[in-house]
Amino acid sequence: MDVQVWTYILVGITFSIYIGIAIWSKAGSTSEFYVAEGAVKPLTNGMATAADWMSAASFLSMAGIISFMGYDGSVYLMGWTGGYVLLALLLAPYLRKFGKFTVPDFIGDRYYSQIARTVAVICALIVSFTYVAGQMRGVGLVFSKFLEVDIFWGVIIGMAIVFFYAVLGGMKGITYTQVAQYCVLIFAFMVPAFFISMQLTGSPIPQIGFGSTLNDGSGMYLLDKLDQLHTELGFAEYTSGTKSMQDVFFITVALMVGTAGLPHVIVRFFTVPKVKDARISVGYALIFISILYTTAPAIAVFSRVNLIDTVSEQPYEEMPTWFNTWEETALLNWVDKNEDGIINYAPGAAIVGAPVIQRDGFEIQRGQHNQVLITNEPTAGPNELYVDRDIMVLANPEIAGLPNWVAALVAAGGLAAALSTAAGLLLVISTAVSHDLIKKQINPNISDKAELRYARIAAAVAVVVAGYFGINPPGFVAQVVAIAFGLAAASFFPAIILGIFYKKMNREGAVAGMVAGLLFTLSYIIFFKIAYPELNTPENWWFGISPEGIGTLGMLVNLVVSLAIGMIYPEPPEEVQEMVENIRYPK
Amino acid sequence: MDRDLQGYWKENLKYLGILLSIWFIVSYGFGILLAPTLNEIQMGGFKLGFWFAQQGSIYTFVVLIFVYVYLMNKLDKKYGVNEEDA
Repeated sequence: MDVQVWTYILVGITFSIYIGIAIWSKAGSTSEFYVAEGAVKPLTNGMATAADWMSAASFLSMAGIISFMGYDGSVYLMGWTGGYVLLALLLAPYLRKFGKFTVPDFIGDRYYSQIARTVAVICALIVSFTYVAGQMRGVGLVFSKFLEVDIFWGVIIGMAIVFFYAVLGGMKGITYTQVAQYCVLIFAFMVPAFFISMQLTGSPIPQIGFGSTLNDGSGMYLLDKLDQLHTELGFAEYTSGTKSMQDVFFITVALMVGTAGLPHVIVRFFTVPKVKDARISVGYALIFISILYTTAPAIAVFSRVNLIDTVSEQPYEEMPTWFNTWEETALLNWVDKNEDGIINYAPGAAIVGAPVIQRDGFEIQRGQHNQVLITNEPTAGPNELYVDRDIMVLANPEIAGLPNWVAALVAAGGLAAALSTAAGLLLVISTAVSHDLIKKQINPNISDKAELRYARIAAAVAVVVAGYFGINPPGFVAQVVAIAFGLAAASFFPAIILGIFYKKMNREGAVAGMVAGLLFTLSYIIFFKIAYPELNTPENWWFGISPEGIGTLGMLVNLVVSLAIGMIYPEPPEEVQEMVENIRYPK
Repeated sequence: MDRDLQGYWKENLKYLGILLSIWFIVSYGFGILLAPTLNEIQMGGFKLGFWFAQQGSIYTFVVLIFVYVYLMNKLDKKYGVNEEDA
């Protein structure tokens, strides 16, 4: 059977499971809709958190990014796991004890201020919308690549599925579908990794494999070979990287702190019955996440070696068939600059922009070696090869010559990763509207039933808006991910930490801090990423910190402003201090 | 029951200090600041700094959370704030 048939079968089966769970777990009250009645088992919650957290980016793009960044890719590996230590030790148990529904709930009550609540709602909405648009795009991509469905229809199908189980089941439906989605995505990620590790090194465990010797009888370590290949081709050593140390440091902090401050992750710890369960379920979540996150760097190395070995200095006409398949999707391209028929792979971009295939009607135009022609201008540099980083995971099964069902599995896994994260984010958006805005600010006397109806309407509207951005992505989708983490790091994290660990922190300080951190971080990112992208080079950055890492400085700005302004104004009222005292003890 | 909540909080903060120091040393220390130095040491096919940045730090994070859970469950019992007694 070919890949497409397999993909229809696997995607069909997994989607039926998600829909079945949705029908079984229909939410009847706001408590069920927002936090699954706070009755989720820790192990279940850990698994759901892992699926919630690991998005299309973790599943499809991360290994590819690391593959091209080498050591520098460690910022994502450490940044997106180290935040869970902060969550477990500094946030989850106390927020669970606080025991309401949302992060703006905590900020609003702790700082006895509707302004603080509103600032938190706005942050939650910005962070979640930027994130969810990317997920919908991921769904559309998988559909169009594997099922040859138009991106438009891909997104519509994805929207319909998420709509069904998020709007119907709320947190309860989402939790149990996420468990199913975790199983699908982790299986889909590990199977090709096992096979490829076995092929290259003879060790089935990828985490060990990429530190082992090659299977080709040379006795050479895989990583040494990769460093050598890199040096020969003029790249920096794979295991050393090119970013400055302070930038790596700042980006890692921003990602860790941002992770711990993301509302769709935090809210998962409101769903377990006890403080004790909140602590341990962060631990379970990180175990489930680590399985993928320790495998990704291994896949990065395997696919890098495979890619260079297969294409570098080889005649185009001897390329395996997958090369041509992926050329036709415009994710891979070769421009024969020196007209020698040989693929010269070197540092630097090969062409200006992303490839646009030359077509005569629907017919793809081909060059003298039968290569796919594109309309882009070639660059002056020696590099002739364009490789999209997403290809490293998507094409992995084909590059390694694995059976068709494995490639189909990767498609189903990518969809599971994107849908699970999208659903978690949509819930945050709908809760922010129905609970934090309508119930807490506009109409406090609203009945539970009416609030639940508003929650469903908000979720439905959010699905449609997210779908729109998935089909018509704003040009800066990739950049806005930096905004999501930067904002979470510079706004929520310090406000929550001070709220728990500094009893005397008052609303004036907290609000001023959040606003200052937010504005500082936003302006820096907008300046370099959107307004003046041509200035976005290390010489122009403050202290050599890239926009990706600026959230760390924003967090410090927030802390300093909070503490300074907080000193001027009176202490918080007695009952707030008592509340802080109270959340510090499980009972 | 007279519970020494101040004592509980103090011990909690002590645990946090120790565990977060380890968290910092392993990831930011071994994985970033000392990585170039540690890369001189080879462990199997891995340069040690590279290994900490892409593998070791993640394993350490998992262990740290479970140690914290263990310590806190014991601490909750010691000060009588554990939820089972409810």
